Amino acid sequence: MSPRPLAFFNARLVDPASRYDGPGALVVSNGRISHLVKGAEGLEGLSDEVLQIDAAGAMLAPGLVDLRVKTGEPGNEPKETLKSASLAAAAGGVTSIVVQPDTQPVADDPSVVDFVFRRARDIQLVHVYPAGAATKGLAGQVMAEIGLMREAGCVYVTNVDRPIVDSKVMRRLLAYAGGLGLLVSHRPVDPWLTAGASATESEFAGRAGLAGAPVVAEQIMLERDVALAELTGARLLADQVSAACALETLARAKARGVPILASCSINHLTFNELDIGDYRTFWKLDPPLRSEDDRQALIDAVRSGLVDIIVSAHCPAPAEDKRLPFDEAAAGSVGLETLLPALLTLHHEGRIPLIDLVRAVTLAPAEAIGLKAGRLAVGAPADLVLCDLGVPRLIDAERLTSKSKNSAFDGRRLQGQVRMTVVEGRVVYEG
Amino acid sequence: MTANAPGPEEVRKGTFRFPQRHFLSVFDLERPDVERLLDLAEGFVALNRQKAKKLDLLKGHTLINLFFEASTRTQSSFELAGKRLGADVVNMNPRTSSVAKGETLIDTAVTLNAMHPDILVVRHGASGAASLLSQKVSCSVVNAGDGQHEHPSQALLDALSLKRAFGRVEGLTVAICGDVLHSRVARSNVGMLGLLGARVRLVGPPTLIPSGADRWGVEIAHDLRTGLAGADVVMMLRLQLERMEGALVPSLREYFRLWGLDREKLARAAPHVRVMHPGPMNRGVEIDSDVADDLSVSLIQDQVEMGVAARMAILASMAARLDNG
Repeated sequence: MSPRPLAFFNARLVDPASRYDGPGALVVSNGRISHLVKGAEGLEGLSDEVLQIDAAGAMLAPGLVDLRVKTGEPGNEPKETLKSASLAAAAGGVTSIVVQPDTQPVADDPSVVDFVFRRARDIQLVHVYPAGAATKGLAGQVMAEIGLMREAGCVYVTNVDRPIVDSKVMRRLLAYAGGLGLLVSHRPVDPWLTAGASATESEFAGRAGLAGAPVVAEQIMLERDVALAELTGARLLADQVSAACALETLARAKARGVPILASCSINHLTFNELDIGDYRTFWKLDPPLRSEDDRQALIDAVRSGLVDIIVSAHCPAPAEDKRLPFDEAAAGSVGLETLLPALLTLHHEGRIPLIDLVRAVTLAPAEAIGLKAGRLAVGAPADLVLCDLGVPRLIDAERLTSKSKNSAFDGRRLQGQVRMTVVEGRVVYEG
Repeated sequence: MTANAPGPEEVRKGTFRFPQRHFLSVFDLERPDVERLLDLAEGFVALNRQKAKKLDLLKGHTLINLFFEASTRTQSSFELAGKRLGADVVNMNPRTSSVAKGETLIDTAVTLNAMHPDILVVRHGASGAASLLSQKVSCSVVNAGDGQHEHPSQALLDALSLKRAFGRVEGLTVAICGDVLHSRVARSNVGMLGLLGARVRLVGPPTLIPSGADRWGVEIAHDLRTGLAGADVVMMLRLQLERMEGALVPSLREYFRLWGLDREKLARAAPHVRVMHPGPMNRGVEIDSDVADDLSVSLIQDQVEMGVAARMAILASMAARLDNG
């Protein structure tokens, strides 16, 4: 049974595909956008069956597409299940999530990819797409069955947080995946320079007695990845770029026409290393938080389009993994519910135009993995978020939907409240 | 000195209420507090040399020594300090006791907290561990060394040793030499000596000087002879052999040749130079026995003696806070 048609009016439509940011109205039926009005005129001739929603000036945008989400399913369900992550996503206006393959067992096999698909289908909340492991067991040595995983529905392959050290393996992976038209995502990080480190090497880390790794660890690996992408002509996603020096590498690569995309996490756009303060482990992240100069360079890179995609880097960790000395604590922060309001900070501060921010979490990631979502257009999937941009909020990690409460945004004042999240025409969240 | 040594009553009058609940970092301290701690500690030095050295300033208080890392001198120093002040002292050894098997630092802290100690003295191998603990317990926490971060009571006893040897700390040029990277003693001393107005120089190979140390308000030298030039005090650091993963120096013999303190290199320093070492020493690695054992130059024995007095001063002023709420 298809859900009741919806009509939104008095909305501020933000559509990165047509670069439209202005008043408008929109009708959803049969899971798709069936009618779209850009401008102040309203909707006429709607049947009684249609549920009419007065947006009262709130932003109506494509639902967010988050390319980097970790859950604990299968294998570590106390951390986060596909269902709890889906609920968190819906609450955050995220309508598509790509779950990482570093589960137990590792999603390096079509059966695990298929399992994730079937679980998500049964949950019926947001779209859940699996990313496949690039190498067997994520060991970085032997290519996984990426062709079979693609048939099973994986949207890209990645080695998650463990870089593929062997350049020959990486070269073959890029060439092979490129032949299948499958995107390869790779975290640029030199594992030798970063061994044992829990922070960015800096004056702060030195004083705090934290083992630090220099930012060039990111640049060195990115230089290699760029060279291999150029050699193979394959599409590469540089996963979570965070250092200014790596952005220079990225800029040179893009200027030469290397087929490379880059993402960054909302955390690195929001925080710097000083947020770690008195060894606060919610701010222990991977990559570790950088200097304020790096953060500013990253914001500039998003504004200029050098960095294409923003991710939540949602990484649930239970309290017992965070309530440890900094060096011993797990890295990562949950982020699905705070991604949109945190992003809006950059809009409210006038740093990045709203439409460009929306693009980096909708159209850009959707296009990177070949989804039709991420746009407001007649015939496009009705994956939508309705958000009051100005509503102030004090984030309380304990009240987040995720099973794990390790949010770097705990105690942060943000603006922006999701009023409604729609997936294929179904209302999956109302705030 | 014994002739005009202060009696227990005079020392008691010198105690003051410590301004913070915990003693975690020298960067939390203000200069007047440090000066009062040093004055108080001087009284304890004299007292400790007398036959009747027991006071009751900590009477009725319980002090738990919680040492996750092995330590002989710091642990026994805190134990003696606590006992001389009349506290009930318990040594917990989480490495061998059943307290911490499979337990996290916080589980252990919560367990101990339920026993209602007044002061918890903690050493742990992770930076920030004492601070983390202090957030989870209701008693006062004294940081007796957290990873590569700080060792504030060591910095106080070093300042006390210097004050007694030179009559002042202000204006002294202190060269801290060797493995600064892994040294919590160096970090605490940079803060403490800076607070008291000394000039600090960090001397060591670039692989053993933390990145960004040039912005700590210190001078940096990558050559021992240059670094020692004109120094009033040479503070040698223990080469952390157990933390030398990743080959930061090629070999111990090369280290001794380039960075070990011997007579010849020490001759570059001021004629009245005094040598310190937080112990335990690696003889023939960072320091030549010839220098370490020369009592006209070495303050190393004094440091151990000052350790008890400095820790008594810390505990007494914390107890004053406990007693006065």
